[in-house]
Amino acid sequence: MKPIGSVHDIPLGEGRTFAIDGRMIAVFRLRDGSVRALSAVCPHKGGPLADGQIDLKQVVCPLHLYAWDLSTGCSLSGQEPVTSFPVRIDDDQLFVEV
Amino acid sequence: MRQRLVVIGNGMAGARTVEEILARNGDFDITMFGDEPYGNYNRIMLSNVLAGIEDESGIFLNDLSWYAENGVTLHTGVRINRIDRYARMVYGSDGSATGYDKLVIATGSSAFVPPIKGAHVPGRGYHQGVFVFRTLDDTRAMIRYAREHSRAVVIGGGLLGLEAARGLQNHLGHVTLVHAAGHLMNTQLNAAAGRTLQTTIEQKLGIDVVVNGMTTEILGKHAVAGVKLADGTVIDCDVVVVAAGIRPNTEVAAVSGLVVERGIVVDDYMRAQDEEDIYVVGECAQHRGQVYGLVAPLWEQAKVLATNVCAPNVSAPNVSPTNVGGPNVGGTNVSGPNVSETNVGATYHGSQVATKLKVAGVDVASMGLSAPERDDDELLEFAEPKRGIYKNVIVRDGRLVGATLVGDNGKALALIKAFEKGLPLPDNRAELLFDLGGPATEESVADMPDDEQVCNCNGVSKGDLKACVDGGCKTVSGCMDATRAGKGCGTCKPLVQRIVEWANGGSVEEDPAASYYVPGVPMPKSELMAAIRQHELKSVSSVFATLGGDEDAKSKMGLASLLKMMWGADYIDERDARFINDRVHANIQRDGTFSVVPQMKGGVTTPADLKRIAEVAERHGVPMVKLTGGQRIDLLGIPKEKLPQVWADLDMPSGYAYAKSFRTVKTCVGSDFCRFGVGDSTALGIALEERYQGIEGPGKMKLAVTGCPRNCAEAYVKDLGVVAIDGGKWELYVGGAAGAHVRKGDLLATVSSPEEVIVLTGRFLQYYRESGNWLERTYAWVPRVGIEHIRAVVVDDAEGKAAALDAAMDAAVGAYKDPWKERAEPATPGQFRTSLPLTVLPQVPVRA
Ligand SMILES: Cc1cc2nc3c(=O)[nH]c(=O)nc-3n(C[C@H](O)[C@H](O)[C@H](O)COP(=O)(O)OP(=O)(O)OC[C@H]3O[C@@H](n4cnc5c(N)ncnc54)[C@H](O)[C@@H]3O)c2cc1C
Ligand code: HEM
Ligand code: SF4
Ligand code: FES
Repeated sequence: MKPIGSVHDIPLGEGRTFAIDGRMIAVFRLRDGSVRALSAVCPHKGGPLADGQIDLKQVVCPLHLYAWDLSTGCSLSGQEPVTSFPVRIDDDQLFVEV
Repeated sequence: MRQRLVVIGNGMAGARTVEEILARNGDFDITMFGDEPYGNYNRIMLSNVLAGIEDESGIFLNDLSWYAENGVTLHTGVRINRIDRYARMVYGSDGSATGYDKLVIATGSSAFVPPIKGAHVPGRGYHQGVFVFRTLDDTRAMIRYAREHSRAVVIGGGLLGLEAARGLQNHLGHVTLVHAAGHLMNTQLNAAAGRTLQTTIEQKLGIDVVVNGMTTEILGKHAVAGVKLADGTVIDCDVVVVAAGIRPNTEVAAVSGLVVERGIVVDDYMRAQDEEDIYVVGECAQHRGQVYGLVAPLWEQAKVLATNVCAPNVSAPNVSPTNVGGPNVGGTNVSGPNVSETNVGATYHGSQVATKLKVAGVDVASMGLSAPERDDDELLEFAEPKRGIYKNVIVRDGRLVGATLVGDNGKALALIKAFEKGLPLPDNRAELLFDLGGPATEESVADMPDDEQVCNCNGVSKGDLKACVDGGCKTVSGCMDATRAGKGCGTCKPLVQRIVEWANGGSVEEDPAASYYVPGVPMPKSELMAAIRQHELKSVSSVFATLGGDEDAKSKMGLASLLKMMWGADYIDERDARFINDRVHANIQRDGTFSVVPQMKGGVTTPADLKRIAEVAERHGVPMVKLTGGQRIDLLGIPKEKLPQVWADLDMPSGYAYAKSFRTVKTCVGSDFCRFGVGDSTALGIALEERYQGIEGPGKMKLAVTGCPRNCAEAYVKDLGVVAIDGGKWELYVGGAAGAHVRKGDLLATVSSPEEVIVLTGRFLQYYRESGNWLERTYAWVPRVGIEHIRAVVVDDAEGKAAALDAAMDAAVGAYKDPWKERAEPATPGQFRTSLPLTVLPQVPVRA
């Protein structure tokens, strides 16, 4: 697991992109306080997933509004899946495993 | 080792078979190969997608996560080219070789294209502009192309052709249907019924129909220019859709040595002829000489197949040595060649199929024979061509063997049931065709067996519906969404309704979902607003917590807009409720960069402002500078992290070109300069924009003011357009549009001063903000609510609401803050941090 910064770098209910080992990973902070990490690039047409709106289950890509499951990375609208990464919070620090 | 089950074809039959196997706890490692790049979707709904009734995302039956959750390995986009029956391997187009213990072939059919000259371009597949209608990709391509063209010819007047023709009307202006036989739907209908249908199609839908029309050639070298018929007639068109039938996909079976006639020949156990471990299901299967082209038979086939493949003792008598000892063999039953006969439980005996046309407003149902065949077949026939009605039933030995309904499907459900089950018929045969009053002959749903299929299109049983209600779904449309019952041809909807009512203990909750303001909170707008006021809910999260249950990403933006309108400065602004555009006050582009449109009131600017914009564009290397349709200047391709700097350098207010809000006021030069101008349109436009800038609403609000009825500012097609007329008067038009939807606005009022225009504009916009549904533009809202009603409220103050509307608008105007001032300090951590991939995808071409 790699430290990527403070959980407070991500506003509640939003996502931010982090570059980790040359990969772009979108980390989301859900309104229940938990975090999720997905590959940052929308498999549909390359949209920035971190700019999407989320709830406790899904992220909706800002470009064409297709949705992906935040936990599994599976598409909820028949698209290709995105990779999901293990992520956890330890003492307000975010750790992602790539 | 677990047995390996491989499925070729990931369509409706293949995926359904796997579901049935999983439901029987079949212990297999399952691998599926599908030629198409998707999970399994409901092919029959492509007609509804084309017709714009159903959204693409709504037709998926098994999305990719379903496969993962059920441990099924799916290879999409991989075609199986060959089966080695001896080595038990399948070979894929990706070079893969996969071993199996049991194999299921579910390759479906492909569109059949008759040999028509010009349909194909040598070496390049279909002529561009020529389409078939079988897959999601076909449908997408057809829609994309049709939108940019104007006249279509559909070749083939069967079910598919009729549905294609109707769907195409949704995208282009003129559709002609060319049918080779003497009447429409000639496989299902007799001539009288076909002619009645033709009249309805022509008169009610406005589709031209040509029968006895043999298409011989598609004209046009680069683009389609027309089709030519055998009699020399030429029909001009720029799109051709071929819906002339289907052919089972049997190549892979044939090259692999299976018995293939019209389809892949199967026995009653759904096994390929003479094969112990290869099963076939769906449209590619030929059973007792019959090949089906509808979904209902495949539900039954899938059940039979799954039962047999899961039966523990059914193994091939000639089990290869390596397999003996596996958990599924080792039994005592591996003996003579008849073993499967005695051990296989389930057999398939063929299906009786009924069909229905899925064209809104045109009822056609048909089953079995279309005309009597034997001397003693009874025929009852009723025709009323003026009203587009034709019905018949054919009875043999007291059983229904055929029925046709055109123009009135009232009896369809009862007839389909009598036909499929061979039920006894009423002595008074007329009751088959008409409701004659008297006690309802409807079978009580309580007596139906649980496994009786209710929806044949989607294979949903009474038990499935009951389970759905027991699972907490109390509304008819909720159950329809969850089970997909009633979502195909729609014939079964009344029965679905009765079953849901019965399962609910007789009552059913009204189904309000369609009227919800946002999907995640179950209330229409007025009720939602009352609840928000009552509980004083000032943030989006508090609305979910109090009214909605689970937070829903797709509802946040609509709620944010509503709360802001209702609470103004007291609204608790949770940034995550905003769409990205509203978080960073700019419009996201296809490459993840943003566009910046500074305000330019009334489209009027100055040399100094232009210089500043030019300097900023140069300094930041803006990839494209473009004039918008709203009379201002767009700087496109600005990275998110540069937005605050660009705003600071521009030092101009936001033009709100990104929000669901008041956008612009287009003006013409009007009386200031124009020879014809009778009113000062620029001054009024600027005043309107000055006052209502940035006001948010359920949809965009685009305005215009034009200086005379020549209407250079296109005010007739705006959400609100103002036209100066002679005598110092102004006309206000509302509900116009000239985007994807074109509508001329309705005249709301004629007034005598710019001040009155400003007041009525504010009142109208406020009424729209309060009553319009989320994303409902004025062009939809005005006709829905009615211009008379709007005039009564806004102009005549018939409901005494005017003062409140004006006050609410005043408050909103007073709360205006230029969002581009929010730049010194980010509002949230990393507000302007890039979310883009390291390598910019997909690049928007930069113009010099
Ligand atoms: C527009 C439209 C409307 C329809 N409306 C109705 C209706 O109202 N009512 C009704 O009952 N029926 C309707 N149908 C017919 C219905 O869709 C079919 O009967 C049903 O889809 C058949 O299922 P299947 O699994 O046999 O074939 P399919 O659903 O076609 O699935 C076969 C799959 O196998 C794949 N495949 C083929 N060969 C290979 C290979 N070698 N390797 C890997 N994959 C392969 C194909 O790409 C396809 O995805 C309609 C069809 C269309 C096109
Ligand atoms: C994501 C999709 C869209 C984007 C990014 C977009 C963006 C824009 C922008 C930036 C402008 C200039 C507006 C201004 O100057 O304020 C504009 C104008 C316009 N847009 Fe869109 N738009 C989109 C979708 C649509 C849709 C769906 C329609 C039609 C229903 C539409 C119809 C128009 C029209 C008619 C104009 C001209 C406006 C005028 O003359 O006042 N746009 N669009
Ligand atoms: S307005 Fe937007 S969506 Fe429409 S064609 Fe232009 S860029 Fe595409
Ligand atoms: S790029 Fe993400 S939905 Fe299209």
